[in-house]
Amino acid sequence: MSSRSIANIRSVTGIPTARLVTWWVIASEIFIFGGLLASYIMHRLAHPEWGLEAAHTITAAGAFNTFVLLTSSLFAVLAHKAADAHDGPRAAKFLRLTALGGIIFLLVKSLEWTDEIREGFVLSSGGFWSFYYTVAGLHALHVLAGLIIMLVFAVDAAKNENLPRVQCIGLYWHFVDIIWIFLFPLLYIAK
Amino acid sequence: MSTEPLTNHASAAHAGAASEDHVHHGNYLKVWAILVVLLIVSVLGPMTGIRPLILFTAFGVAIIKAYMVAKNFMHVNLERRWVTYLLITCLVFLAILFAGVAPDVMKHQGLHWDNYAAKEAVQAGAQGNGKHE
Repeated sequence: MSSRSIANIRSVTGIPTARLVTWWVIASEIFIFGGLLASYIMHRLAHPEWGLEAAHTITAAGAFNTFVLLTSSLFAVLAHKAADAHDGPRAAKFLRLTALGGIIFLLVKSLEWTDEIREGFVLSSGGFWSFYYTVAGLHALHVLAGLIIMLVFAVDAAKNENLPRVQCIGLYWHFVDIIWIFLFPLLYIAK
Repeated sequence: MSTEPLTNHASAAHAGAASEDHVHHGNYLKVWAILVVLLIVSVLGPMTGIRPLILFTAFGVAIIKAYMVAKNFMHVNLERRWVTYLLITCLVFLAILFAGVAPDVMKHQGLHWDNYAAKEAVQAGAQGNGKHE
């Protein structure tokens, strides 16, 4: 007998409970990242000198990571499509590809940070760098959490079990992608 | 208490929900290609040197990209309507937060107050030209 999570099959509100919870998580994340971004924007507008600090961020690395996350989002939605077609092994394959995107993102980020720290730009170097490391670091933690969960879900999906979870982790991943879509121009383009 | 009846009931509900719950899957590769083109536009924008155009290619394009991901990948438009209301409510509260706090942060002096620390930071930053030892 295969085990199925009740959260994936009960839908009192018209939405399966697992997906409902995912939306609530996303709503709460809007406040976490939204508060940070709103705070960054108002400080950035009040401190023109932050533009000089931002000039040291590596635009090519940010652009490449945006490409990686957009591509991983494509894989996430293809995993959802495969799950809807009850093709668990295919969904698992796309989930693993999505997680690979997350790993590449984190690798690029760590190389980028190593370079910046070597140049003397650390968390305490000023307001801009405080925000830069805090916001990008929090985002990177979300990427790490997402890819770990995705790899765990892929194990079940490969056995055609708990397929509705594929959509839930996909929703979370797309949200993490959207956050980066806004972080990229704020941290790398506006100089 | 056994969970069997609940599971059975839930399975029956799921069987019904599953048929109506699946979304129509569009051409995701096309959406991805458009997103990549928009990314290239946002990277090339600053090269024009035209400030309004740079602002649009950076932040206008970001909003378009976010909308495309939410609509085409997250299928927000196909979700129950209150999910959209929930997300919009969050954004409205964010806007209220911004409007409430921004005057204190963005102004460095008022009628009876001066934010000396902020003024000094701006001055020191401009003199330092963003360089660190």
